[in-house]
Amino acid sequence: MIRVEHIYKKFNTETVLNDVSVTFEEGKTNLIIGKSGSGKTVLIKSIIGLHPIDSGSIFYHDRDFVSMTIKQKQELRREMGKLFQGSALFDSLTVDDNVRFPLDMFSKMTTKEKSKRVNFCLDRVNLHNVKSLYPAELSGGMKKRVAIARAIVQNPKYLFCDEPNSGLDPKTAIVIDNLISDITHEFNITTIVNTHDMNSVMEIGEKIMFIHQGIKCWEGTKDDILTSNDKYLNDFVFASNLAKKIKETL
Amino acid sequence: MKILEQIGKYFILMNRVFSKPEKNKIYYRQVLKEIESLGINSIGIVIIISIFMGAVITLQTRYNLENPLIPLYLIGLTARDSMLLEFSSTIVGLILAGKVGSSIASEIGHMRITEQIDALEIMGVNSASFLILPKIIAAVLFNPILTLISMFVGVFGGWAAAVVTGALTSTDYIYGIQYWFIPFYITYSLVKTVVFAIIITSVPAFFGYYVKGGALEVGRSSTKGVVTSSVLILLFNVILTQLLLA
Repeated sequence: MIRVEHIYKKFNTETVLNDVSVTFEEGKTNLIIGKSGSGKTVLIKSIIGLHPIDSGSIFYHDRDFVSMTIKQKQELRREMGKLFQGSALFDSLTVDDNVRFPLDMFSKMTTKEKSKRVNFCLDRVNLHNVKSLYPAELSGGMKKRVAIARAIVQNPKYLFCDEPNSGLDPKTAIVIDNLISDITHEFNITTIVNTHDMNSVMEIGEKIMFIHQGIKCWEGTKDDILTSNDKYLNDFVFASNLAKKIKETL
Repeated sequence: MKILEQIGKYFILMNRVFSKPEKNKIYYRQVLKEIESLGINSIGIVIIISIFMGAVITLQTRYNLENPLIPLYLIGLTARDSMLLEFSSTIVGLILAGKVGSSIASEIGHMRITEQIDALEIMGVNSASFLILPKIIAAVLFNPILTLISMFVGVFGGWAAAVVTGALTSTDYIYGIQYWFIPFYITYSLVKTVVFAIIITSVPAFFGYYVKGGALEVGRSSTKGVVTSSVLILLFNVILTQLLLA
């Protein structure tokens, strides 16, 4: 469980996060949704500590992240996995070495145990016979799956996914979404997914938070989203004419 | 003010770079990789430049030496001391700042803009130390070897030019390079090389590490890294010369 309390973040004079408070639940796929530039990525990066917040608190299972030392933060981060928007695979390493990297850095496993774990993770994301390939030789969907394998290789307690299906076709996007959701339930991870893709929201969203211009405007489930009266949420969810007509029929 | 801010940021980064590595074995492997990439791959260019440098010093000294009272073997001495004191450390340092510095800044800058550095941080890795420390160690260990190679090859280049053009005899040249030899010149040159090695690796790494934007900014950071490290090499050349030889 991750608890965020009254966080503020400014870049120069522009307020990007304005008094955001939310709790992300364990074993659930928690979604942060909002328009491009609404502050979703900044929120997720602030929670991880890549953007230091100006004020507020962040708790990882009652561990106060903001007051931790750099060393303590580094240790906590070993319990995290992150799927980046552009996958962020190390392009000088093969798929096998990318997934193995966190184990090489931090685990005390033998080479055989590491190989077994890498194979398990690659199998879990349905990737076979690509271990010796480099990221540049993979498709977008495959890169995402390698990135998921790398994110889960250390059995993380927390999984962060920044726009996991950007640049993917709708079918592959759903495969990736379901993979994230399945892994979340299987390993009881606190997963936070940052997206503006409504297909993802309706496919895997268990707890959803809507953010608009850095302010949390709405929170609920994917069923609540269709009947909400929040103006900004409705503008976002029912943006197209087709979606507006569907809304009228509800 | 911006320069002071940059200097402060550089030292904060270096503080992170020189912190205890997470896993020595991985860092050791990285150092070996960097020795190959930054050091061994530079041997060719160092040899080519040094051989021509030694040849040119010899020929220019010969053509400018018109006084018959000055013995010709002093041309060998001039070539030797020029290589030992200045060219093998400073000029090779400047060339490596261009070759190695641009590659370091663009490699780390590319990793920054493609979020690979963020990925390292999220894994709990001290990215600054993991990416920069092995490069500094590799350069500090291997650049002195490059300098020694440059000294040897440069003096040889001078001999070859002298013999091929008939500028002076082989005997005169060999006598000249042995004449009034001061071993401390080698120490002086190696001390400079170690300082330059730190500059050549850490300064471009600093510009690459803090790059923001896209490919264009990575290119700019690479240029900034090379220019700044070249200027710093020249500045520290003066400081170290004053400290060690004055």
